[in-house]
Amino acid sequence: MRHRVSASTLAQSFDRRTFVVGAVQGGLGLLLAARMGYIAVAENAKYEMEAESNRVNLTLIPPRRGWILDRNGSPLASNRADFRIDIIPKRLVDTEATVSELSQLLKFTPDETQDLRDRLKAAAGFQPVPVADRLTYDTFAAVSVRLPDLPGVIPQRGFSRFYPTGPSVGHPIGYVGGATKEEYDKEKIPLLVTPGFKLGKDGLEKQFEQVLRGEPGARRVEVTASGRIVRDLDTREDVQGQSIKLTIDGALQDYAARRIGLESAAVVVIDCQTGGILATVSMPCFDPNSFADGIGRVEWKMLNEDDHIPLLNKALRGLYPPGSTMKPMATLALQLHGVSPDEHIYCPGGYRLGSRFFRCDAVHGSLDMRGAIEHSCNTYFWTMAHRVGYETIAPVARQLGLGQEFDLPGAKQRYGTIPDPEWKMRRYKQEWTAADSLNASIGQGYVSVSPLQLAVMTSRIAIGRNVVPSLMFGQPKPLGPELPFTPEQLAVTHDGMFRVVNGAGTAAASKLQIGDIKMAGKTGTAQVRRLTSRGSVSEWKARDHSLFVCYAPAEAPRYAMAVVVEHGTFGARAAAPIARDVMTCLFDPAKAWADLLAMEKTWGGTPAERMEAKYKAYAARYGTSAPKVGSDAAVEAAMTRAESSEAAVETNGVSTGAERGEAGSASPDLTTTASEAVESSPSTGSPR
Amino acid sequence: MARGLVPEAIATLPLRVLLPLVLLTCFGAAVLYSAAGGSFWTYSFSHLVRFVVFLAMALVISRFPRDLVQLAAYPVYGAILVLLVGVEVLGAIGGGARRWLDLGFIRLQPSELMKPGIVLALATYYHSLAPGMITNWRSLIPAGLLIGLPVGLVILQPDLGTALAIAFSAAMTIFLAGLPARWIIGSGLVAAVVAPLAFFLGLHDYQRSRVTVFLNPESDPLGTGYHITQSQIAIGSGGIFGKGFGHGSQSHLDYLPEPHTDFVFATMAEEWGLFGGLFVLLIFGIVLRWGWSVARNAPDRFSRLLAGGMTVTIFFYAAINLSMVMGLAPVVGIPLPFMSHGGTSMMTNMICIGVLMMIERWSRLASPRRFG
Repeated sequence: MRHRVSASTLAQSFDRRTFVVGAVQGGLGLLLAARMGYIAVAENAKYEMEAESNRVNLTLIPPRRGWILDRNGSPLASNRADFRIDIIPKRLVDTEATVSELSQLLKFTPDETQDLRDRLKAAAGFQPVPVADRLTYDTFAAVSVRLPDLPGVIPQRGFSRFYPTGPSVGHPIGYVGGATKEEYDKEKIPLLVTPGFKLGKDGLEKQFEQVLRGEPGARRVEVTASGRIVRDLDTREDVQGQSIKLTIDGALQDYAARRIGLESAAVVVIDCQTGGILATVSMPCFDPNSFADGIGRVEWKMLNEDDHIPLLNKALRGLYPPGSTMKPMATLALQLHGVSPDEHIYCPGGYRLGSRFFRCDAVHGSLDMRGAIEHSCNTYFWTMAHRVGYETIAPVARQLGLGQEFDLPGAKQRYGTIPDPEWKMRRYKQEWTAADSLNASIGQGYVSVSPLQLAVMTSRIAIGRNVVPSLMFGQPKPLGPELPFTPEQLAVTHDGMFRVVNGAGTAAASKLQIGDIKMAGKTGTAQVRRLTSRGSVSEWKARDHSLFVCYAPAEAPRYAMAVVVEHGTFGARAAAPIARDVMTCLFDPAKAWADLLAMEKTWGGTPAERMEAKYKAYAARYGTSAPKVGSDAAVEAAMTRAESSEAAVETNGVSTGAERGEAGSASPDLTTTASEAVESSPSTGSPR
Repeated sequence: MARGLVPEAIATLPLRVLLPLVLLTCFGAAVLYSAAGGSFWTYSFSHLVRFVVFLAMALVISRFPRDLVQLAAYPVYGAILVLLVGVEVLGAIGGGARRWLDLGFIRLQPSELMKPGIVLALATYYHSLAPGMITNWRSLIPAGLLIGLPVGLVILQPDLGTALAIAFSAAMTIFLAGLPARWIIGSGLVAAVVAPLAFFLGLHDYQRSRVTVFLNPESDPLGTGYHITQSQIAIGSGGIFGKGFGHGSQSHLDYLPEPHTDFVFATMAEEWGLFGGLFVLLIFGIVLRWGWSVARNAPDRFSRLLAGGMTVTIFFYAAINLSMVMGLAPVVGIPLPFMSHGGTSMMTNMICIGVLMMIERWSRLASPRRFG
């Protein structure tokens, strides 16, 4: 065929080949038609659904969180409408450009910008990163109109958690924040990664998360590929979470928190009749309002460097030697074991045990049981403890609530130590000594308790019934097993406590100034360091803890209270005045608030205002150089660290074999020899 | 026919193909109206204006005498080649890749002109080649040069899609010219070896990813596979009758990339459904069938090859575009003739139509018996 190629064979070949090509083309046309029929008919349902899921964007509306109410129904935590801006990191195109543009629009300071960068870096892609909330409408609108240039930025109207009294409720209530990756892994529902959704991170907010959360609403919108909303299709309203009502008295809580002022202190107030906790305050505290939006680096540095340890809930998790506040309890224990309240003990200014001499605060002379409470005479209690044995006192301490954990929602409590020989053997492999008994009998040595326990103890002493604390309003806890004390025995203790405040006692300066309502109480001064180091009282951390327990009205007890002021020196000086004013607030709020407002002027304003000023100073000084904030885990770790550093402070003074009197007026030269061995922690450890 | 009442030039118009083309172009304008969000002036107006202008141009081309065309074939080819070089030079001077020359009134892509240009040159070459020489391998050297120069220049731009289109038109022209079948099978085998090598060594990363993603679009649903996936969603969700004119969510909400150019068919299918798609396929079928009939009836070898090559060029446009939007071919930037918004492809395709009309006129002149 090759040698016969001619014009006509080529023409024939052309005809054949055009036919082949035409046939192939026709075949391809049929193939295309079939393909289209397959896509459009057979797979129509699938593609229709995909087109619909493209077109329609289901946006969850974070539910309004249930309120947390105080006993009177006023909110401790509520919600307020706000404008907020979030970023979906996955949708960002140019992170740096977006951040700088937003920083400009929102007028961020350099450290705020840096915080945003950190949050974006730590983000897991799916999870919305909060940029700012509580924006004014103008700022919100300014960002909204720039949206086409800011892919991934989501402005929205919503509700944010609001704590009207801010730092005052930080510890019991906790705070809220966006879900972390870990939380999302644990509870894989889309709501957790919805921009604007916050869940409880601490305290009651965390404990009652499922109750408070509510049901999310949903909004179906038509969106373009770039995420621009074209129109709303339909909306389902959210269902607000249920409220929880606490026994807390919001005004009292706020008052107590503010009355603490510049001190580092805890106040717990209990309603003796119901066991309801009226106030559980630990100050200073973080502001849960500012935590809700992510914790800023400057704020974080400020909180971590504060030696008053704002991250520690001192009311429930701070452990302190109770000092002389143990003494009323001890008198009940002594009476129970046959000591007559009328027996007089002569106090020569101390007590001799073998070759060692234990110093009392003063030469009290001859005192009976009531007088021993009134004047807080150590010699009396040392003598009696040595006589009946400390092991008879410890069970009564436990009966009254010391060293006990209570069934309360929210932060875990630490229950401290009421030591006894068996405990010491277990913990230190050492025999219990007579000196241990003496120390423990005046609330020193190995004894450590929480302010909550002190308040419970006081309420039980006050009404002679086994009061069990509760936090949920309308759900009081039933009384515990009946206490073994006779009314006569209680009357002796009550009389002693009455005279502390209203007689010639240690807290005579802190009488209530409201008509004929009388308060009964007991001061306590707990040593922090061994006496040898007490030379310079100017060093805050070396000062004694100041404690006060009280109840009122004295003749028909209604309220019981414990106040612990860290390093506040004498019980009468720091703690008792706070207790007096908080008690005043319960009976005559107007007078109490007037006094407080006058005091706050000298302190530089309310706690929130002081924090604000301090924040500004920090921001000016450190700016972006402050280390960035870690994850929730890091925050939790910092809180744990806060506890251990606290534990170290509180136990610095405990050295085995060291004699410890109530600090009071003891002079340094009276200290007897003691080993320098310092135990890291006398407590049985936190319940964690 | 009412001869004498209408001028000969109009009476001899191939209305059986021009009417479907007008229909298709008007349908295209309607789709573009919807793609522009209900605006006539955005795309549709210029689309229709261009059609009218280039139809006039096609009618002018159809009046060209055969001798002139054959005479001008190589000079025209050479001129386009010069333009291609010019684009390269300008691109090198201006920095960055460029595919077009700005002539003021139109942005001319010389590579587009080369599609009919290469067919013209090859038809001339094979027409002048003695029939016996077709089986001589030396005859391939000039043809190879004619093809290699423009294809090489276009690849340098880089514009792989157009280079493939030029090579395809050229290869089909040579095939129709009667190249021995075993050569074709042989080169097919060579291509089977070279293609993988070229794929891994010669392609840019973005080109390679287009091919891999084409094979598995779901592997990269938000990246390169996005185009294919969204296009199939548009076509698939249209169903049999479509969502209705102006109700395509894929195109109106910007999910469909390039809804007015490369993916205009998907835009159409979403709103008009399978029926709209079959209508478009039918019209392309009519046009191509007419092209082949013109080619078979052409009076001589030159006009036969020319007509065949032009038909193949139109076919390549439509086939690749439709395969792409239906997920049967990788994403290459080739528009759909008469429907996509864009002047260059309209020009190229109308040149092809004009040339086919011209050849139909030549065959009428050569054998007046067939007329009427």
